[in-house]
Amino acid sequence: MSATAVEEVFREDRARLLALLAARLGDLDLAEEVASEAVEAALHRWPTDGVPDKPLAWLLTTARRKAVDRIRRDRTYADRLAVLQVEADRAAPPVENDDDIPDERLQLFFTCCHPALSPEVHTALTLRFLAGLTTPEVARAFLVPTATMAQRLVRAKRKISSARIPFRVPDSGELPARLPGVLRVIYLIFTEGYAASAGADLMRPDLADEAIRLARILHRLLPREREVAGLLALLLLVDARRAARVDADGAQVLLDDQDRALWDADAIAEGQRLVVPALTGPGVGPYAVQAAIAALHDEAPDLAATDWPQIVALYDVLLRLTPSPLVALNRAMAVAMVDGPAPGLALLDALADAPELRGYHLLPAARAELLARLDRTAEAAEAYAAALALVTNQSERAQLDRRLSALA
Amino acid sequence: MKYLLLIHTPDPNSQAPGCDAPTVEEFMAFHKTITDAGVVLGSNALDVEHATSVEVRDGERVVTDGPFAETREMVGGYYLIDVPDLDTAIDWAARCPGSKGGRMEIRTIWEPDFA
Repeated sequence: MSATAVEEVFREDRARLLALLAARLGDLDLAEEVASEAVEAALHRWPTDGVPDKPLAWLLTTARRKAVDRIRRDRTYADRLAVLQVEADRAAPPVENDDDIPDERLQLFFTCCHPALSPEVHTALTLRFLAGLTTPEVARAFLVPTATMAQRLVRAKRKISSARIPFRVPDSGELPARLPGVLRVIYLIFTEGYAASAGADLMRPDLADEAIRLARILHRLLPREREVAGLLALLLLVDARRAARVDADGAQVLLDDQDRALWDADAIAEGQRLVVPALTGPGVGPYAVQAAIAALHDEAPDLAATDWPQIVALYDVLLRLTPSPLVALNRAMAVAMVDGPAPGLALLDALADAPELRGYHLLPAARAELLARLDRTAEAAEAYAAALALVTNQSERAQLDRRLSALA
Repeated sequence: MKYLLLIHTPDPNSQAPGCDAPTVEEFMAFHKTITDAGVVLGSNALDVEHATSVEVRDGERVVTDGPFAETREMVGGYYLIDVPDLDTAIDWAARCPGSKGGRMEIRTIWEPDFA
């Protein structure tokens, strides 16, 4: 068995292993170190000995043994860690079955996204420790040098350890305040993958995949949390259009021009199944509403046959839940589909002074779109030029260029 | 784990209108609750009107009044507590009436064993 095949075996186990060790040892650094040593031992042994029947149990036992050695060797660790706990763990009967091992990734999610850490660090820690990306990979995701990211991660780990941020799942009273932070991190990873903020490619599918994987894990761990189901549904329903979003030249293709035959029917079906329970009942959340909007787009055979009045109604709900000019912008475009471009344009113009949209290319791009539909060609060209001056992604630039030339 | 909860009290002159300052009774009730919980190692209210600073520069003591010429808030008191983790410390800080209108700062007591 090759080393790569072995790596594949514990692609997911690695994060579980780290979570278990962090919760037991109360120290992310030590957990990371002994988890790596156990993985290294596996890479060394498994190709010749074969993969054990219970790979996670094997890794956990190996890592714990290494932790005990390490604590015995190192006075500073010995002084501050719950040595007795580790010893007790070792005295306990070895874990025989992978199914008996608790999944403690949920604790790790909440530690990585703890409000006592800065928001930018939440995403980095989650990618590093739950998605299992290497530090250089996390650095690439943030478009920063590896050394910068390494330093950021070290600082965050030091704060977790020195302020003693616990590895625990918030109780039911705290959960409503803490869960949105975790969901937001997964959503941000996805949006960066879906519409890269910079660079030549429109999408960084690796990040979108990681976000969906993380949302799946979280949904498995918290099956009754409707917003978790809503988030997973949203990601699946939006990602289903991935193959149709870019043309052969790498230029972005907007929803109205997409070849809907390229949409992923399985992902759409899975998203639809999730969105129903996420939406049902009182206290619906913003991810479930966004998922419902995405589902309506995915179900429509073409742009004209889309249930636009229902989409406007859902944007009304979303605007009440999360008032933001960006939601209002999307709502205005849906209104334009129901009532015509002129009322849509009036709503967009009301957003002109919103500070959140200043410097954001999608506002002039949306205006250009509606002005063109109203045959106000000169103003549309001006608005496209304004959007082009602000856009940072090459693929979106190509799409805007194309629309501008099509005006003439 | 030991944490210092610093109670930052806003300057009464710059306090936003409509923001109710906590009452003495609220502080007394909180003081009893946290003391009864057995987590308090030390606690005091501080004089928020007077402070003295001292710096040594080139071997010379420089003593000044203040500092608070510009500051909008003062440390009005503190609790030194011993609790298992940061979440518990945050919980106590949030329950302290000083968090209403003012701000609680949580500092970890540094212990030399921590790398």
